[in-house]
Amino acid sequence: MSAVFVWIETFKGNAGPTSWEALGAGRLVADKMGVPLAALVFGENANAVAAEAGQYGADKVLVCDDATLHGFRLEPYAALLAKLVTEHQPKAVLAVGTTRGRELLAAAAADTDSGLLTEVTSLEVQDDGSIRVVRPVYAGKILSEAAGNPDGVQFLALRGRAFKANAPKPDAKAEVTAVQPALAEDQIATKIEGFEEETGTVNLTDAAIIVSGGRAMANNPKEAPAGTANPEVWKAQDGFENVLKPLADVLGGAIGASRAAVDAGYIPYAHQVGQTGKTVSPDLYIACGISGAIQHQAGMRTSKVIVAINKDAEAPIFKLAHYGLVGDLYKIVPALTAELKKRLGK
Amino acid sequence: MHVVVFTRSTPDTAARVEVGKDGSVTWGDAAMVVNPWDEYALEESILQAKNAGGKATVIAIGPEQHNDALKHSLAMGVDEAARVWDAALENADSLAYAAAAAGAVKKLGDVDLVILGKESIDVGTDQHNYQIARKLGWPMLSYVSKIAAVDYSARTIKVERLLEQGRQIVTSRLPAVISVMKDINEPRYPSFIGIRKASKAVIPEWSLADLGVSLPPTRTRTLRLMNLPAREGQVEMLDGTPEEQAAKLVERLLEEKVL
Repeated sequence: MSAVFVWIETFKGNAGPTSWEALGAGRLVADKMGVPLAALVFGENANAVAAEAGQYGADKVLVCDDATLHGFRLEPYAALLAKLVTEHQPKAVLAVGTTRGRELLAAAAADTDSGLLTEVTSLEVQDDGSIRVVRPVYAGKILSEAAGNPDGVQFLALRGRAFKANAPKPDAKAEVTAVQPALAEDQIATKIEGFEEETGTVNLTDAAIIVSGGRAMANNPKEAPAGTANPEVWKAQDGFENVLKPLADVLGGAIGASRAAVDAGYIPYAHQVGQTGKTVSPDLYIACGISGAIQHQAGMRTSKVIVAINKDAEAPIFKLAHYGLVGDLYKIVPALTAELKKRLGK
Repeated sequence: MHVVVFTRSTPDTAARVEVGKDGSVTWGDAAMVVNPWDEYALEESILQAKNAGGKATVIAIGPEQHNDALKHSLAMGVDEAARVWDAALENADSLAYAAAAAGAVKKLGDVDLVILGKESIDVGTDQHNYQIARKLGWPMLSYVSKIAAVDYSARTIKVERLLEQGRQIVTSRLPAVISVMKDINEPRYPSFIGIRKASKAVIPEWSLADLGVSLPPTRTRTLRLMNLPAREGQVEMLDGTPEEQAAKLVERLLEEKVL
């Protein structure tokens, strides 16, 4: 089967929000190459997700709902993907480069000695069948144009939110084929012992809107309770919880932070945006009390609309922002939350 | 017990990186530093070696400029260093890097654990991490935020991994490859004595022939490097009282259709 493969990431039996973006990108590649688009769905509930993949544009789906594939583990997933690539010799294999997607593609590419390009933000199929891509390098400070080799299978890990999903067609159906796993449980060295899900928070890399706080979160006018060991940290944490979070909630967005805020202990590392944190690309990024060091910019500069709220009119963030509000975030953010509630009718 | 850690030299994180007229990348007179993600891997290798009474070895794959990162690693307290370089690795992709790295680990022979930084900022990817594990045939535990337990005699490891949806607890057998996140530890600064000792260290260079590695074919190539497109338009400053600023902003955001 000459085809384009797209891995559909699932979590607890549901397709990840960015998986359909990968299928959208795969559709473009498959059409240009004149080959069918095949989705790969592994794990629990694979048949239901396969039906959904058909609605989102897959011509075929290969499914494997084996117990060894319930909960992502690299070894059984990579072994199965490598086996399918070896058997079917697809032209290309695509997935969104989430934590799981990037390691799965890298591992299967290594197993099959295939080329892999990651963090792909745009792509174009050339007449010779090679795929030419643009990807950020040097922490997003410059761009690289690179190409795969059409003589081999071309693996591409896409940057999340860089490609558009096709609108689902309720009547569209894909041809579904069940495949066998490549490994048995006793051949797998890793065992999942537990998972502490972060509930109630929006995942930063998937978020369409992000509200981020920086060092100035410590300028909270509220007084820390008497006897608080570190009033500065208390003030900043209170500000994230009671000032930024209400704004994020009214926008349905996620909370981000600068490295300075994370290093000072204001908020856990999982929220850090920038060079040693997450790279994000939301529709709207609101930077509150963040000066905009080059390392922070590296993680958020591809956001569609950037709003900066900062006391210092000379802060570098204003050079990157589309809209700048000079002033105290502890006055502006509550005003903004109130205005949005009014205008959005919440 | 023997732990191996990989590192490389990358431009200082505050450097303004640009593409020059000749198409090559420049970072002015900014210093080269240890790839920022590797600092956590180096610190963890020192801690692991110390706790288990073992040894930590740091390896870089690349030309001589990467000796700076190796010397920094030695100054931090890593026991030994080696660099792998070969003309055949010039312009090679991650598969070749991974094959060379796996070859170096195999040459050392008695390795229990390989620790890697989350990614390399210069090449903008982490794909080589997973590929090293595959070329070794060892399990890979990525995005590790904590080593919950490790037993080098029973050859087991238990870690906490930081994923999009939360924290996962996983066990594996050793030898294994792990990549670590920022919150796993607080990297130390090199000591004065460490810096003096490292400056005198002679770092061996291994060729692919020394490792007995033949490279897989390079399947991807970089066509050109480009500067970021200049941001269109200027920042629009919204003035007034906080309430006026908020009202103006919401107006603009509704026009932009981002809400």
